[in-house]
Amino acid sequence: MPVLEINQIKKTFKPGTPNEVRALKGVSLTLEPGSFLIVIGTNGSGKSTLLNAIAGTFIVDTGSISVAGKDITHWPEHRRAQFIGRVFQDPFSGTAPTMSIAENLVLASRRGRSRGLGLAVNRHAMDELRDRIRPLNMGLEDRLDNPIGSLSGGQRQALTLLMASWIKPELLLLDEHTAALDPKTADQVIQLTHEIIERDKLTTLMVTHSMQQAVNLGDRIVMMYKGNVLHDLKGSERARVRPQDLLNRFEDVRRREQLDGAVADMLTHSYV
Amino acid sequence: MTLLISALTLGLILALLALGVYVSFRIFNMPDLTAEGSITLGASVAAVMIVSGHNAVLATLAGALAGVVAGTITGLLATKCQINPLLSGILVMTGLYSVNLHVMGSSNIPLLDVKTLATIAEDFGARIFGGTANLNVAGWAVSVRDASMLLSILLFVTAVCMLLYFFFRTDLGTAMRATGDNPQMIRALGVSVDAATIFGLAMSNGLIALCGALIAQYQGFADVQMGVGMVVLGIASVIIGEALVGTRTVGLLVTGTVMGSVLFRLMVAIALRWGLSPNDLKLITAVFVFAALVMPNLARRLKGRNLKAGQPAAEAA
Repeated sequence: MPVLEINQIKKTFKPGTPNEVRALKGVSLTLEPGSFLIVIGTNGSGKSTLLNAIAGTFIVDTGSISVAGKDITHWPEHRRAQFIGRVFQDPFSGTAPTMSIAENLVLASRRGRSRGLGLAVNRHAMDELRDRIRPLNMGLEDRLDNPIGSLSGGQRQALTLLMASWIKPELLLLDEHTAALDPKTADQVIQLTHEIIERDKLTTLMVTHSMQQAVNLGDRIVMMYKGNVLHDLKGSERARVRPQDLLNRFEDVRRREQLDGAVADMLTHSYV
Repeated sequence: MTLLISALTLGLILALLALGVYVSFRIFNMPDLTAEGSITLGASVAAVMIVSGHNAVLATLAGALAGVVAGTITGLLATKCQINPLLSGILVMTGLYSVNLHVMGSSNIPLLDVKTLATIAEDFGARIFGGTANLNVAGWAVSVRDASMLLSILLFVTAVCMLLYFFFRTDLGTAMRATGDNPQMIRALGVSVDAATIFGLAMSNGLIALCGALIAQYQGFADVQMGVGMVVLGIASVIIGEALVGTRTVGLLVTGTVMGSVLFRLMVAIALRWGLSPNDLKLITAVFVFAALVMPNLARRLKGRNLKAGQPAAEAA
């Protein structure tokens, strides 16, 4: 059974106004268990919109989305969280700044589960937190009581990643999660991403605009363009691809678009 | 001495209001004006029930419960109906004014010659301290009545604080705090922000109505006007508390808020003793909160200017 099944989803923002944006124009996509899909595309291609549609930031206009065999098309965002772990682009979006590192991690350890009146950060939890945070090698295991807002963006993004995968999610969504970090930190976070996904065999959908990341990570690349899936590279085709090939494909699209513009101009000249 | 004790007692009762305001104002970043209505609601429900012969404990609980309902309505308006949170509070507050008049049947209910929590505390104190009318505390004569009232409310507020402190550290409580801190994050972790907000406002107004019920029994009457200015008063207490002990842990926040409320009440008592007109009290409270909100920004800006001004001098040297 596929982990993610998207069937012909469409979404138009601000319909019927001059600012109307047709962000998704009938996207279909299936993800098998354990696959690691990279979604690339230019600005406004709909790659982040696709991710947000799965996460439930908005409800799609038409089409259906299933995760782990459940039709979640009309589920609110918080209900989908039982299946989905998420890391945002903004390193400050994934953690509650005034709360302690321990509290943030414990919040994540109950993702999608009921929350009752048990003590959140108890001794048993603290031991588990320390054990799981130590491999990050950031020395945070001794600072669990510090507010998470006192950490750097890279540290917070690493913790968000750890939190998103604390309980094994059916689907991990990564939304350009290194785009706001400096190159060195970005590399570290990517390395951690790789380790966590490998270790837990997580089914992952990652949005990025780094061709290098697209080629080095994952086993499948989807290229989006103007709200549609333009290319879907898997298997041997994916194995052969290099960053330059991806850039060339983007260049192709751009040229075709310019050509369209030229044709439109010609037609306008001839007929108007 | 009597003045000091009554200021302490009232400060402790109003600490419940401050704690309620803390929940809405600091946890959810929402100045919830429902408080002005729900404090009166708590007072009027409790007063009416006591006058009609119900048990004082039951009446107080009913008053608090009425506040929970009021907070729930504000929460529903702000989330499910997507009305601006500030406006949601104003709407419920305005509506509650009429509700309170209906509950009370007049604009004022005196609680004379009835068994209230205050008289229960007095009886309790009389039994503990024996039949004497006055106690000797460090050379001061203190009436048993005042002392037992202060002692009971101190115990009660301590208990409420401990409950709150524990609640804020449970799974549910941490999720609620995170909702105000970063709604996007907590949604992604499977918590309904709407539900958490409604729950938080219900809790906040429950505490505030409880405060109202106690005030009515302490001062011996419920009045339809008693809620005016209460939100600003609560905010003032919260701000003083934060200045006193900081915001590092939940325990500090809870104790700080209580200390803030008591300290503010003491300052008011002293100011009134020095001849401040009670009519000016609300204006001064408002100015105080204004100053407390503006000062940190102003201090930062002045600091920045000094740094800039200092730089060329440093280079020249």
